[in-house]
Formats: sequence, structure tokens, C-alpha cells
Amino acid sequence: MSTVITRADHCVVALAEAFRGDGEIFASPMGTIPSAAGRLARATFEPDLLLTDGVSIGVAGILPLGGSVGDNDTCTEAWMPFRKVFDTLWWGRRHVIMGASQIDRFGNQNIACIGPWEHPKAMLLGMRGAPGNTINHTTSYWVPNHSAKVFVPKVDVVCGVGYDRAAALGHVARFHEIRRVVSNLGVFDFETPERAMRLRSLHPGVTVDDVVAATGFEIAIDAGVPTTRDPTDEELELLRTQIDPTGLCAREVPHD
Amino acid sequence: MTADKTLSVDEAVAVVSDGMTVGIGGWGSRRKPMAFVRAILRAGVKDLTVVSWGGPDLGLLCAAGRVRKAVYAFATLDSIPLEPHFRKARETGMIEAREWDEGMFYAGLLAASIRLPFLPLRAGLGSDVLRLDPGLRTVESPYTEEELVAVPALELDVAYVHVNRADARGNGVVLGPDPYFDDLFCKAARHAYVSAEELVSTDGLLEGTSARNLLVDRTMVEGVVVAPNGAHFTECPPDHDRDEIFQKAYAGTAKDPDLWQEFSARYLEVESEAAYQEAVEEDTRARAVRGGEGAGS
Repeated sequence: MSTVITRADHCVVALAEAFRGDGEIFASPMGTIPSAAGRLARATFEPDLLLTDGVSIGVAGILPLGGSVGDNDTCTEAWMPFRKVFDTLWWGRRHVIMGASQIDRFGNQNIACIGPWEHPKAMLLGMRGAPGNTINHTTSYWVPNHSAKVFVPKVDVVCGVGYDRAAALGHVARFHEIRRVVSNLGVFDFETPERAMRLRSLHPGVTVDDVVAATGFEIAIDAGVPTTRDPTDEELELLRTQIDPTGLCAREVPHD
Repeated sequence: MTADKTLSVDEAVAVVSDGMTVGIGGWGSRRKPMAFVRAILRAGVKDLTVVSWGGPDLGLLCAAGRVRKAVYAFATLDSIPLEPHFRKARETGMIEAREWDEGMFYAGLLAASIRLPFLPLRAGLGSDVLRLDPGLRTVESPYTEEELVAVPALELDVAYVHVNRADARGNGVVLGPDPYFDDLFCKAARHAYVSAEELVSTDGLLEGTSARNLLVDRTMVEGVVVAPNGAHFTECPPDHDRDEIFQKAYAGTAKDPDLWQEFSARYLEVESEAAYQEAVEEDTRARAVRGGEGAGS
């Protein structure tokens, strides 16, 4: 068992931290590292989160990545078919972690296509649930490959709504919150007066210059940017033995 | 004497004509009414508007050039994240697109199913959905000062859904983990048809399950098609898994027109659903033989 703390571990911990304080809500992390993060948060400091198997079964206990209900003494505690996902997200008791093919400095996100929508250069996922998620409840983003192609001055299509557009809508957008953006380089939030993206912490081994070079817009950077916290011994043990015993997270983000 | 609504899959698609709006149940590459899709392909109808939680149903119809317009929130093969034939159709500008947020798509089906012209929704506000679909309007709440998206009803000419079992009158049971929105598709349509892995007597519908899994009832559908393995190559738990090998081969044909021609000739330009299932079985037998040889060497 590896006891070296990897870049993937810091990404998982940073995304788990995005759920801190959420309490008894439906947490919807999409993808490998976000799923590990949701399971880690629930196994430690956010025990009331409701998590699914990634399909439609709400799972009690710690489900290993790639596992199904029953594994590791887990059992079913809820039923969350797609129709109920929408009912729940309109209700607002949800925090989603989505990916982003492009994201701008106000957190507008694109997963639909690259190039003009009318004639895309590359058709991607389509709108999916991004417009509805972002206008109805808390959203965070996970970007495994931080680059100026992803962190762009202007996204080609706005799927997930950013702070500038939410502000323009006013009261009707009162449930909008983009809590965190976590990438393989660091952690970002929108805690500036104009709600623009700010560097919140750097993963160990990453410099401010690395982030600036890989970001296509001007990012807010305070003096003395902190380092993303290490996982605790308990968290590391949970990740290695129960949540990700086969090392899937390290495959998504290789260690430098 | 009670009505027997069973008919052949080809009879069930005879209602579709050029230019119609067709709703297809299931989700992504999950419990898709593929026997109906194949029958539509054999019937030769074109210029369709396809309304779907997009999967290989939409991809096949695009690849065969039958789609004028797609109404969707995504198109995926699940284990292959992007539907390659749909992707190609979008990138080459072959089809018109109405791309909505998923929740809007649900609301549009719901509105049609309860005969409302629209439903107000927060989803879509602030995003580019409203810019890209100039037909969309917003509506002022008469009670608060909120302007919401007026999601128009997604009215369908015909809907097709696939379930695990059905009786001859059109009561249908879903045994998998997610009913998706198949009942709404049926109610949003002027004509709706259900296919089933298995035809059972009415008193056999609930064997090993409960009344809660009766998703489709006979008021919603005018025809029942018996289609074992009818969702192939999408999954239809617990009856059959997704055929990942077949799906991968299907996806690969998007890269090469010759491969697509070959695929189309072998699986789509056949005389019947039975001939398709026979071809699939033949593949499975051939793989088993090759696998057996491999294991022995």
C-alpha cells in the first residue's frame, strides 16, 4: 500500500472540501475523482450526504469506486431515478460536481461543443443538465487537465451559468452558487468583489507561474497563496483501502 | 372479449410517415426501443424530427440519413461517452438541432402529456439555450416578479417505448432500476406503441414484482409488439446487458463509410427484426467458436 501522498490525493481532498457544510443533501459528483471526493467527505466530515452508485441507487456505507451496492457491506438507502434527480435539483437540495470542457473567469462553463454551436468543430456532450443545475443549486467543477484551452477568456457555448450572467438575472437566480473549481494544479473560488475566479490554493509542487501560464484569462491571486491541505492519515487510509483500492484516481491524474 | 393489441413491429411503424415527430423512450444506451428503430429504418421514412434522451436510436437514424431535426439534451452510448454518428451529423451540419437542458426536456414532455402549452421553469435562464433556440420564450410570474422560461410542450406524433414485459392489452412492466420517462413519451404522443421482451398474461404481469413497476398502462398505448432482445444492443436489465462488443463495432462505423455500408447491409437492410436477431446470434456463435479455439491453443 502506497503511503506517498499523490497529486490525485490532493485533488480528491480539495473536491471533498467543496462539500463541507452541505449537510443532508443529494451530492452528485460526476466522474472518478469527484466520486472518490464525495465518498471521502461522507465517510469523514459530511456524514449526512446522500450519494448514489452513479446510476439510480442511493447507497449507505462506503462504496468502492467501480463497485456496486452490496460491495464492502453497503446497502440501498434511496431510489434516485432520473426523473427524481430533476425533481430534487429543482427543489435545490443538491450539489453537483461537473466537468468543464471550457470555463471562463466568471465560471461560465461549456460541455456542449467546441466552435460555433450552429456548426461545431467538435460536438461534445450537449447541454446535458448544466443550465438547470447551475441556476437551481450549488455547483462545483473538476478539471483534470488545467490548460489555456480549458480556462478560456470566453466559452464557445454557455451551458453552466457563471456569476456575471447570474447577477444580470437578479432575484430569479438567487439559488446560483459556484463554490469551487478544482483542477490538477490547484483550487479556485469566486470570492472576490466582482465574483471572478480566484486562486484559492496551490497543490504541493505547483507554482503561481504554472497556474498563470496554463490559464487563458487573468486570475485573481492574493499575496501568499496557501497550499492545498494534505489528506489526514484517516483519509489516506480510507482512500487506499476502501474508496479507491485499485488506484483509479491516480490513473486520472498521474503523480508528477 | 378484451382487445388484443398485439401486432408486428413493422405494422407498428406503418403509422410513421415522412416529416413526422417521433419520440423514442429509454435513456442513452439504456432500454431503447431498438426493434422499433430498426423497423423505422426498414420502412424508409425520412425527414423525421426525433425527440430522445439520445442514444444509438438517434445515432442510427442520423447515420441512415432519416433525421431532419433532433430534439435532445445529449447523445451518449454510456460506455462510449459521445454518440459518434450523432456527433458526425452535427459536425457536418446534416441535421437541425434543438438542444435543451435535460430538465427542460423533461418539462416539455410533461407539458405535452398534461396538455399544457408550456411549463414555467428556472432551468435555461442565463445559459445559451435561449439564444440558440430562438423559438423559446420567457414568461412573467403573475405572482412574483420573476421571469421564467416557458418550456413549450414537446408534442409527438408517435412514441415508441420498450419494457420487460407486457400483456396483450398494453399494460407494461419495467423491471430495471429506472423507468426513465417512457410513460410521458406515450402520453405526449398521438399514437404510442410499446414493445416487450416478453408477452405475458395479465395475471402474470406482477410475477416476482409489485404494482409499482407497472409503468405503462393500456390507456397509453394502441399497440403491443413482442420483441425479445428488442432493446439490443442497448441494455435492458434484468433481461439483457448492453452488447458492448456490438456497440463498439457500431461506433467504429462512424469513422469509415465502407464500414458503415457493411454494417448497414448486414444488420439494417435485412427483411425483418427476426433476420437482425439471427445475424446477432450468428456473431455470438462465431465469437464463441473463436474464443474456444483461443482457449485451446
